Amino acid sequence: MNTALPQTAGKMHEPLSRIADTPQGPLGRALVWGASLSLAFIALWQALYSAGVIASGFESWRPVLYAFLLWTVAIGVAQVLMRGERGKHALFVLPAVAFTVAMVIFPTFFGLYLAFTNWNLSSAAGPQFNGLDNLRSLFADAYFWNALLNMVYYVLFVLVQYTIAFGLALLLNADIKARKFFRVAFLLPFMLSPVAVSWMIGKSLMEYRFGPAATLARHLGWDNPAFFTTPWIARLSIVAMDAWVWIPFIMILLLAGLQAMPKEITEAAKVDGASPWQSFWQITFPLMLPVSVTAIVLKVIFQLKLADIVINVTSGGPGGATDTVSSFIFREYRDRSNVGYGTMLAEFYLVIIIIFVTLLLKFASRFMQRTT
Amino acid sequence: MSDTQRITVRVLVYGALIIWTFVSLFPIYWTLTTSFKTAVNVTQGHLIPWVDFLPDWKGWRSLGLSPDTIGQVSTVREEFLKRFANSVIASLGAAALAVVIGSLAAYGLSRFDYKFGWMRNKDISFFFLSQLILPPVVLAMPFLVLYKELALLDTRIGLILVYTLMVLPIVIWIMRDQFDTIPIELEQAALVDGCSVWGAFLRIVVPIALPGMVAAFILSVILCWNEYFFAALLTSTNAKTLPVMVASQTGSQGISWWSMAALSTAAIAPLVVIGVFLERYIVKGLTAGAVK
Repeated sequence: MNTALPQTAGKMHEPLSRIADTPQGPLGRALVWGASLSLAFIALWQALYSAGVIASGFESWRPVLYAFLLWTVAIGVAQVLMRGERGKHALFVLPAVAFTVAMVIFPTFFGLYLAFTNWNLSSAAGPQFNGLDNLRSLFADAYFWNALLNMVYYVLFVLVQYTIAFGLALLLNADIKARKFFRVAFLLPFMLSPVAVSWMIGKSLMEYRFGPAATLARHLGWDNPAFFTTPWIARLSIVAMDAWVWIPFIMILLLAGLQAMPKEITEAAKVDGASPWQSFWQITFPLMLPVSVTAIVLKVIFQLKLADIVINVTSGGPGGATDTVSSFIFREYRDRSNVGYGTMLAEFYLVIIIIFVTLLLKFASRFMQRTT
Repeated sequence: MSDTQRITVRVLVYGALIIWTFVSLFPIYWTLTTSFKTAVNVTQGHLIPWVDFLPDWKGWRSLGLSPDTIGQVSTVREEFLKRFANSVIASLGAAALAVVIGSLAAYGLSRFDYKFGWMRNKDISFFFLSQLILPPVVLAMPFLVLYKELALLDTRIGLILVYTLMVLPIVIWIMRDQFDTIPIELEQAALVDGCSVWGAFLRIVVPIALPGMVAAFILSVILCWNEYFFAALLTSTNAKTLPVMVASQTGSQGISWWSMAALSTAAIAPLVVIGVFLERYIVKGLTAGAVK
């Protein structure tokens, strides 16, 4: 995904043969060249200034950002001048493409540079190239691999969330009264911020001394209801909180799928004498497979970013048992200001995610309704 | 099915529905009631107001939002309102920006054939959607450094840009689905009548696609309102948002649950209101594109 875009930006200008089509072609071409040269000039000037080569320049790089905006506008105008109607069509995607290139592709490559430096924000020295040192410490970093292993557990728990969500969707799709009320009630957890949920559930409901969940657990015979002190129980508590927030999301997708299913099929099965159990496994479930796979893939993608709840409830503890890669890197920066190493971890994680999601999509796409 | 069987099924269905309603709503109820408790009520685990405890404004007083303190000067309230305003501006701004540029891109991709080098419409769509898998950590630190250079650190503009980036793929996904359902004949008629491409888009297509845009907008607002990771790293004194304030209080306040509960209630209240009244749009936004 990342390697693709610089090309896109470069090829926004169509081959020269097309330019002759419109009378203002040369004007448009001049505009592209002028704008590009001005942008390059401003960027170069500022770079020289911040490197200390020349004496005058801007206080910050902000003017270069404005220059980039103007450049985008100029490219847009030039598209219309050079290519007429087709240029007007291109104007629709141009803002989004320029925005994404500036905000994703450029920072990701800048991050690659950071990843090979020993930059620590708390030290006075600036970034220094340190070759493969970061990569070497990454492979030796037991906490990082532990966090990566935790991600495997967290992703596997998506299947549990899916099962519960399917059950709820079936309930809401049944012939019930006050469906709207139940739907709103079930959806509400999805609206709440993970940070608020961290306090509401993690820090107060599940609090060891006074939390109602702990009190209930004591009544049920668990003498020592500490939700965050032993590794697996802590992990399950985090999973439970994440599930509480995200089950509504999966449920809504599945419910929409169920509602789109033609009623005649299940009714015909009923007439033919199929039990509800049979008709679910032989008709509903197979028909729902595309929606199910889409929902699971989306949730897995979101699960790979899981961080907020972990940061705020356990800070990765006990002993890294609940750490996700994101929360681990967050602390690497927050506690140790280790920008260089943290970025290396993040870029490494990105590579793993891209490989994993690509394989997942390859495997899942034959079940999904729509791959892109 | 016999009558007894039918009744058993009913009981089971409604039983399950009520249990999950309890699971969904109890934490919200707990937070709301705890904001009206005093220390004794918290430690003794009292749950129902007026039955086993008497509501007290203690939690809201610590925020400066109780009836007796609302008229007075309160630094905590000022702080809270500032964070609240930051959250409102950042989420509304980002949602608006994302809906504008996202809708344009989605319309283009749904109607015209592009060819940028080897990239066709399908590849461009995939490029936008693939941003969804990008974890925030990858961008967080480069952004920190770049924002410092651009003097965007700790500004609301900076947050708006990041949040726009975060929700843009979702907006494009929703809107492309919306535009695909609008018959192309409508615009062709407008073009014949002398409208330009942009005129047809603004006058004919946008009004029809408005419900979809509202859905995308609301979903974006929710996601931005709840965002914590970038806000925690990129803001400090000026542009700090509500989730960052809640998170920073979580550690320091210890057992003063009433004030944490009041703060949490205030932070989630707007979303609960949106959830109850605009549920239709949220469901529309979530299911667009994923379910056909």
